[in-house]
Amino acid sequence: MTRLFVVWCPDWPVVAAGAAAGLPLDAPAAVVAANRVVAVNAAARAEGVGAGMRRRESQGRCPDLAVLPADPDRDARHFERVAAAVERLAPGVEVVRPGVVAVAAKGPAAYFATEAAVAEKLIDQVAAHADAECLVGAADGLFAATLAAQRGLVVPAGRSAEFLSPLGVRELLPEHAELVDLLRRLGLHTLGAFGALPEGAVASRFGVRAVLAHRLARGLEQRPPARRAVPDDLVATHRPDTPVERVDAVAFAARGLAERLHEALAGHGLACTRLAIAATTERGEVLRRVWRCADPLTPAGIADRVRWQLDGWLRGPDRPSAGITELRLEPEEVVDGPALQLGLWQGGQDERALRAGRAMVHVQGLLGPGAVLTPVPSGGRGPAERITLVPWGDERAPAAPPDRPWPGSLPAPSPSVIPPAPVAAEVLADDGRPVGVSGRFALTATPAAVAVAGGPARAVVGWAGPWAADETWWHPPAARRRARLQVLLAPDEHEPAAYLLVREDRKWSVEGMYD
Amino acid sequence: MRALPSRVGSLASLAAPEVVPVRGDLAALFPWGGLRRGSTVAVRGSVALLLALLVEVTEGGGWVALVGVPQVGLLAAAEMGVRVERVVVVPSPGAEFASTVAALLDGVDVVAVSGARVVDSLARKLSARARGRGAVLLSFGAWPGAEVELAREGDRWWGLGVGHGRLRGRVTGVVARGRGAAARPRRCDVVLQGESEPGRLTFDMIEHTFESNVGGVERGSTS
Repeated sequence: MTRLFVVWCPDWPVVAAGAAAGLPLDAPAAVVAANRVVAVNAAARAEGVGAGMRRRESQGRCPDLAVLPADPDRDARHFERVAAAVERLAPGVEVVRPGVVAVAAKGPAAYFATEAAVAEKLIDQVAAHADAECLVGAADGLFAATLAAQRGLVVPAGRSAEFLSPLGVRELLPEHAELVDLLRRLGLHTLGAFGALPEGAVASRFGVRAVLAHRLARGLEQRPPARRAVPDDLVATHRPDTPVERVDAVAFAARGLAERLHEALAGHGLACTRLAIAATTERGEVLRRVWRCADPLTPAGIADRVRWQLDGWLRGPDRPSAGITELRLEPEEVVDGPALQLGLWQGGQDERALRAGRAMVHVQGLLGPGAVLTPVPSGGRGPAERITLVPWGDERAPAAPPDRPWPGSLPAPSPSVIPPAPVAAEVLADDGRPVGVSGRFALTATPAAVAVAGGPARAVVGWAGPWAADETWWHPPAARRRARLQVLLAPDEHEPAAYLLVREDRKWSVEGMYD
Repeated sequence: MRALPSRVGSLASLAAPEVVPVRGDLAALFPWGGLRRGSTVAVRGSVALLLALLVEVTEGGGWVALVGVPQVGLLAAAEMGVRVERVVVVPSPGAEFASTVAALLDGVDVVAVSGARVVDSLARKLSARARGRGAVLLSFGAWPGAEVELAREGDRWWGLGVGHGRLRGRVTGVVARGRGAAARPRRCDVVLQGESEPGRLTFDMIEHTFESNVGGVERGSTS
């Protein structure tokens, strides 16, 4: 999830129209379209003028109200100055709509030390270079960041869902007007209540658009702002004459369907990076799964995924009770078409890589996308933390940057076995008393024997440590104090000789085995 | 008819076995100097030995899959030289174990699986699949019908003292037994992880033993 700053200029249509008409900023003004007020500034609001009011009524409440015509082109044109002002401070600016501009938080936050400092700088910058007032907010994801901006808040990382939860469903306006109306009639008044519904239920009751709104309500990203919006008419549908139960019969149709979808996308200059495959059966069961892909999908790629998905459904343990009557391919996320031709940066995108990639995707069809993982070297102290496993096809992003100093991490060689579940260990001194680690990271006695997972104690022939790792002590909720110990035990035919032990919360456990 | 020459070509290449290369010091364990494509090799007693077999194949642009072996330390693999960007991990295939391994044998060069709880009939089926696809099936643990079985015999670590030093490297004895061309047992000692043990005491080894301000040894004076 991208962390974003959003710069929000309140009442932007009025500000732009006022600037075009040369009005002072504090004069009451309203923008009117089709005889209705669509936007007002603060001065006019103080006089009792509000959006949705008839023009004559608003003039009745505030006789010296400046009534200005609506003109989206003008709004966008004037907003360019704000975008440029923001861009002077932070690169990679994206205009969400006139009045709202988003910028990735990572770079500027590191440069100006804190996010609050960036927010202050951005406000000054926009005031100085664009003569406009603005509010700045930061959060994970565009939706949360926009709402944070309207409140002038910096929402801490990872807390977007918490921030959104008490807000009303009206925040989904104007894009999801129909859904908001429906949710309020159902008694779901907050985003938290809507987000608590299971996604499958939302998908089947309210449709695809509601799923996007549902993702937003849960603080997830609808789609990254760099990607392009999916035109509505790009869903490819196939309805066989008779319900189909055999995979090969649907797979044949899938090929043609994939070609059609790809052509339609290419016609818009787009390629698909996230594809939903949905099937409806004769009895009204709806099966749906979304396929994510780091590389844009080719027609063969789409057809393969459809075939594998159907294979998974029709031959799986919980197969539908009737034949498939409708098959739909919905592009959920698209990128500009030319991205298809690139691929140079991926390196080694040869025949073998393509063949391997197809096999991985096949297995994802059998087990689900999250079951096929690929390791990425990451930063950290323990051997398990230093590898991040990301689902195949996702961006290979490590959980923590590996190129920082990680004091307390052990040098190579690392243990070749990391127990998937914690394994308890006991470290004993000469006299049989347990060995601990003091508050100053010193062993309380010399280790003489080690018992692993309740097994017999084996004599220690060599040991070193403890390696102290006092992590995030400046932030108590995330703080961890651990001490690591390497031990070499008396030889045993069936057990590894060397262990990496770690002590946390007054307990030893096996972090790795040198097997 | 047009397809015939290529068929003949592929048949001719079958005569000389195609080999997935392995690290130089491990090549002596195999009669073909590497992992023969289509074969099944069992590795017993050491995960590091399994990882050592994967170094050369990923270096050469090949792909590796690890199925049902969630305990493998991938950091150790990366340190040993395995290019982890060409490694795929399926930690828990569950009931789909057979179809997962079969699908991966289609696409990658080496598939490493856990040999535990694999019944004879399934083992034979998967070995046949590997043979048909020209991939190598590596099993961690015994595998019925494996052509070569590697086992650890003895393991010596160096670098770790009593209260000082750290694990620096290990020398492991590896024995290969097998069928057919691999029937004669072969044994060699290899440095599986870390550095090889230096023949004599070096400064790095004794610096932990003495306080630099007590003994006459000072770091700067050795250069």
